[in-house]
Amino acid sequence: MSEQRTERLDLRGTPCPLNWVKTRLRLEAMGPGERLEVILDDGDAIQNVPRSVKSEGHRILQVTPLEEGFSLLIERA
Amino acid sequence: MAEKQARSAEDLKAGGLIPQRQRGKITVRCKAPGGRLTAERLERIARVAREYGQGVVHLSVRQSPEILYVDLADLGAVVRELEEAGQEIASCGKRFRVSTACGGCEYNPNGWTDTPRLAEQATDRFFGEETPHKFKTCFTGCAIDCMRAREMDLGFQGMVEPMLIPDKCTSCGLCVRACQDDALKLSQEGLPVRDLDRCISCGDCIKACPFDAMVARRIGHAVYVGGKHGKHPHTAYPVAQFVTDEQVFPVIEATLHWYREHGRPAERIGDTLDRVGIDSYRQALRPVVGQALLGAADLAKPKWRRIFHRGVADAFPRYGDV
Repeated sequence: MSEQRTERLDLRGTPCPLNWVKTRLRLEAMGPGERLEVILDDGDAIQNVPRSVKSEGHRILQVTPLEEGFSLLIERA
Repeated sequence: MAEKQARSAEDLKAGGLIPQRQRGKITVRCKAPGGRLTAERLERIARVAREYGQGVVHLSVRQSPEILYVDLADLGAVVRELEEAGQEIASCGKRFRVSTACGGCEYNPNGWTDTPRLAEQATDRFFGEETPHKFKTCFTGCAIDCMRAREMDLGFQGMVEPMLIPDKCTSCGLCVRACQDDALKLSQEGLPVRDLDRCISCGDCIKACPFDAMVARRIGHAVYVGGKHGKHPHTAYPVAQFVTDEQVFPVIEATLHWYREHGRPAERIGDTLDRVGIDSYRQALRPVVGQALLGAADLAKPKWRRIFHRGVADAFPRYGDV
């Protein structure tokens, strides 16, 4: 398990709530324990998506501010 | 039935029966605190509406299902059939009305307080009590205030005090982004620091934190009094914060008592407060809520300018020492 595969989803420019819908669909297609990196815009997206990820029981491992937006590293529940 | 027909419109309204434009027809208002009712009751309401009305139900602005076009002559049968399913009739007129509520913390992701339960219990305890004019209460679970606590004669709004667990914080800054009131800033050590004068106790920071570093230290109710809509809307006075569940009934009790003592017939409590003075009411509330009572210093905080817009916050009279 040292080589953890991380999928990546760049949702910059995607409006709410579509960015959460897309994040959710991708997570549903993945297996438990797998990781997904989501890139989100500042503003509405970063205000809302982490909260929804958390309430669905997934774990957010890391939040990294980027030059434009944020990167969210999620571990699927 | 002749006896029933002789009842005045005011008598009818006391029982939640509203005379319609159509002669001999009445609207039957069903009691549903917080707009919550069982499927069985909903089915019974539907059946009664089909059998005795025109198969149409209107949802009142205060969450009560109203059966339209009931014949005055069928009233006894209608009430009996509804009661068989545990469905009581609501009330109108000058009294404590059925409390309204949002989804609350039971299933709604936003709510902090158990608003449907409180609405039901408050209705069980105070429903129908006579007051100088109508008396509307609501329980709303968070600062979003879907139930419009600031437009109620007495409104309770859920609020939360956040607390940081520094060891869990990764300094990601999401809570700072989530705060719409500029109440959080990252310190030089990278930890979020809260500006108590700007925080509106909404809890967005708690919900946004990915690492559960921001948690709820305490949950309570903000209390608003004297609000109403209608022809002459009146914004409620904020009077207390972080009132506990246990203090809710004493607050209602004290408010009804003050209102009956000072209110003129057909005067809403907001107008009574304007006439008699907010400090008289605050004095009555002080022994009930203690430290939770808001004072002049609390109301001077910038958060109220954010909550009430366009000068409304500045229009409140200065609160005195009580």
